Amino acid sequence: MLEVHSIQRGIVLDHIVAGNGLKIFNKLMLDKVDFSVFLLMNVPSQSMGKKDVIKIENKIDIDLDFLGLMDHHITLNIIEGGQIIQKRKLTIPRKVRGLISCHNPRCITNSDDYAQADFELVSAEKLEYRCGYCEEITRYIP
Amino acid sequence: MLKQPVRHLIDPEDLSIEELDALIKLAQKIVHSPREYADACKGKILATLFYEPSTRTRFSFESAMLRLGGNVLGFGNANVSSVAKGESIADTIRTVSAYADIAVMRHPKEGAPKLASQYSLIPVINGGDGGHQHPTQTLTDLLTIQTFKNSIRDNTIAFCGDLKFGRTVHSLIRTLARYGIQKFILISPEELTLPDSLKRMLNQTYSLQLEEVRTIEEAVEEIDILYMTRIQRERFFNEAEYAKFKNAYLLDLEKIKNAKEDMIIMHPLPRVNEISYEVDQDPRAVYFEQARLGVYIRMALILKLLGVECAC
Repeated sequence: MLEVHSIQRGIVLDHIVAGNGLKIFNKLMLDKVDFSVFLLMNVPSQSMGKKDVIKIENKIDIDLDFLGLMDHHITLNIIEGGQIIQKRKLTIPRKVRGLISCHNPRCITNSDDYAQADFELVSAEKLEYRCGYCEEITRYIP
Repeated sequence: MLKQPVRHLIDPEDLSIEELDALIKLAQKIVHSPREYADACKGKILATLFYEPSTRTRFSFESAMLRLGGNVLGFGNANVSSVAKGESIADTIRTVSAYADIAVMRHPKEGAPKLASQYSLIPVINGGDGGHQHPTQTLTDLLTIQTFKNSIRDNTIAFCGDLKFGRTVHSLIRTLARYGIQKFILISPEELTLPDSLKRMLNQTYSLQLEEVRTIEEAVEEIDILYMTRIQRERFFNEAEYAKFKNAYLLDLEKIKNAKEDMIIMHPLPRVNEISYEVDQDPRAVYFEQARLGVYIRMALILKLLGVECAC
């Protein structure tokens, strides 16, 4: 059986929906770092059936809104001395700025660099956001 | 004394119902005594930044400022301004802030006036942004309704024509919902119905009924205000489809023979062929008066945004 050792200091992203791990790994550009990173896929899970897990052997800055947008099922654990010192359940962000682009081709945010699209959540179920400039609805697809 | 923050009008919701009512009252005062306001904006300059063609809105704003004793500068075609050299909206409005006291912007991109307002040192008025909003047309419509029906609230209003892309409809229906109007009749072909996102917002936010029908005749007897809009040829895949809808939504005297005697017919203009010329003679047709009232409500708006205290 494959064994992955515990990390001493860093971040563990747990309860990632199976299949999302590689997308998040790539979005966080973890393939470019020079410290240890583990991507575990389809790990058996009591609550989820199977899940993905990412272990990062370092403390890095992560945009939690962005991560919550990608997968709000994630639990983020901060590890220090091999122990979890902080646990945080992510949620779908109510407001996002600069993370997604407006689907409306007539929206000013798609043609002017000064206009950074900001959105407000209108449906958590469908991951739909209303653009603050044109008010059109954009559905976020991870 | 603390300087007041700059007020803009980007969306009708930038003004409370009380402020809208106050603007309508002020506009009615100006209608009755225009001479008393003839110098109210003496020495002030309005910049008209029209990135796409407009006749009525631009002339109406220019007329409003000139009637207040102010001056006007600007462009009616982005190709003859620095925009053609690639200048951003933010840079344009920052520069214009040094030349004028208030600006009105029309732009084909939705949200452009909001972007301008974020960088402007002077009040910015949205003169229409794509298919999104046209708040000063909404103000014009409110003044027209108040003038001819003596009340905004107690009416059944029907919107007819292109409800999908018609920004005047989108702005007005949202504002009337804020006023508490509980029933709207939406008359359009299936291809041009009110956008789902707007319908959803209205249903979630207000207690109201949106009744969708396909012909004017189906609902004409209960309508107090019939708001006509233009069906644009370019929205259709082929000429045959356009011709079919064009005739179905052409308003003539036959279609309103069962309408109420005090119903009013409104239209934001320009009209192309959606209202037969014979209707112009009907006393219920108020669309040219509506255009005239547009000047007065814009005068009231300019006074408000400039903070001009008038002893008139």
